[in-house]
Amino acid sequence: MNVSRFLTTTSQYAFLGVAAFLSLFPFLWMVISSTNTSIDIISGRMGLGDAFRTNVANFFTLVDVPLVFWNSAKVAVLATLLTILVSSLAGYGFEMFKSKARDRIYSLVLLTLMVPFAALMIPLFMMMAKTGLINTHVAIMLPTIASAFIIFYFRQSTKAFPTELRDAAKVDGLKEWQIFLYIYVPVMRSTYAAAFVIVFMVNWNNYLWPLIVLQSNDTKTITLVVSSLASAYYPDYGVVMIGTILATLPTLLVFFVMQRQFVQGMLGSVK
Amino acid sequence: MAAGKTGGLKRYYDLNGWLFIAPSLLLIAVFLVFPIFRSLYLSFFSGKGMMMKFAGFGNVVRLWNDPVFLQALKNTVTFFVVQVPIMIVLALLLASVLNNDRLKFIGFFRTAIFLPCVASLVAYSVLFKSMFSVDGVVNQALFATGFIDTPIGWLTEPFWAKVLVILAITWRWTGYNMIFYLAAMQNIDKSIYEAARIDGVPAWARFFFITVPMLKPVILFTTIISTIGTIQLFDEVYNLTEGRGGPANATITLSLYIYNLTFRFMPSFGYAATISYVIVLMVALLSFLQFYAARDRS
Repeated sequence: MNVSRFLTTTSQYAFLGVAAFLSLFPFLWMVISSTNTSIDIISGRMGLGDAFRTNVANFFTLVDVPLVFWNSAKVAVLATLLTILVSSLAGYGFEMFKSKARDRIYSLVLLTLMVPFAALMIPLFMMMAKTGLINTHVAIMLPTIASAFIIFYFRQSTKAFPTELRDAAKVDGLKEWQIFLYIYVPVMRSTYAAAFVIVFMVNWNNYLWPLIVLQSNDTKTITLVVSSLASAYYPDYGVVMIGTILATLPTLLVFFVMQRQFVQGMLGSVK
Repeated sequence: MAAGKTGGLKRYYDLNGWLFIAPSLLLIAVFLVFPIFRSLYLSFFSGKGMMMKFAGFGNVVRLWNDPVFLQALKNTVTFFVVQVPIMIVLALLLASVLNNDRLKFIGFFRTAIFLPCVASLVAYSVLFKSMFSVDGVVNQALFATGFIDTPIGWLTEPFWAKVLVILAITWRWTGYNMIFYLAAMQNIDKSIYEAARIDGVPAWARFFFITVPMLKPVILFTTIISTIGTIQLFDEVYNLTEGRGGPANATITLSLYIYNLTFRFMPSFGYAATISYVIVLMVALLSFLQFYAARDRS
């Protein structure tokens, strides 16, 4: 091995090493800090402390953890399932039943991709206020269900769905909805898995809309709880760390279990 | 008879087509199309709370005389003009190094650098806030390595608060962009690199004259979606600055200002809706840019 080759290899490792360290450090910091007191955290203590149990205990006194977790899980899972159902129906419909009118509508649907949420939140808030849905989880979910991204993702993936399967099913006398449910869904399960991972992440981490709609403590999700704990005048960072761990754990878990689907979904939904 | 039969079949086919897309269309109509026109309508009204009166273009005039709006616009533009290029270059460099399968532990590095985009926006903002406190771990580290001799006021000085926001977004999204580049690089024919290597083209030149031109479409795409994302920046600044966009409005963004106008004070729905249309226009402009660039290619 010559010297210049060795040098570039070393510098590549150095570059990656620094990047990986910086990427992982906040996660490490989160774990270390969960064992420290608030004072130690804001004065940058890097060692493990002995305040972990106190922090957990304080977190559980301040926050109704099972309820908050239930709220988050309920909203994220339900909204995700509904999004996937409605959007896969549409993706399948647009691709399988092509017509000029529907293709024109599809372009309009794609156009909604560029609508920023900031321009929707005021009318949506007024709409929810008028229908008495403020402070309900239904209000959180309704505007998130129809997603042009996911419709697009399903339409693109449907192009790979073997039409012979559909023709065979038709010959067997299956109705269109039966073909969708009993043939399309099982065949496309990896597409569904990837979509699930991506949409679940988005819903679990959703912040601005819940911040507007959920106003009482018994409806709040984990992201709102972490945010309000951290924006106190003198936040107890030990407690905040327990919150960030609980908020991050489910998405980390989903990521590690379904890493392949995650990357596939991420690339696919925006391709 | 035959014609009637195909007509019926066609109707049946068409009906099914509409039924499958109906739920999505209904939801999009109610929760997207209606609100976007409603904000446009609202932007012609002024007043607080439910006491609104028609103002014509009054709100637009108010924009140019509102120092907080101008500050928010300036901050938002600063964020994407500075942050997006830094992130794209960083992501490209990382992807090109990670595309080398001969390096060891490549899987570990890929996962590690990608991991930040799994973190929730709120959680990482809060983590950054604790890391960048005056006596916090970052200042300690900079102090220990001799980069600074007085602590940096990351959350108290306007300039450094902006730097902190940029650092935070870069941390969260570089890995995300890197994945797109990595996927695109794996589609580039390896023999091009081999040929260049044999011809004695150095690594930096291979990067600039082969990789970058081949990835132009992806780079353009990620630049536009990153810019659109940064135009809508909210969660990070809200959670780094207790919702104020401070110090002294140094980090307030358009979305944060809209939120504050609507939900923090006595709501000015009409004026806030006008500002939201500034975002709509910026995003629309960028989207059309992307659209035309994509059309030129095909």
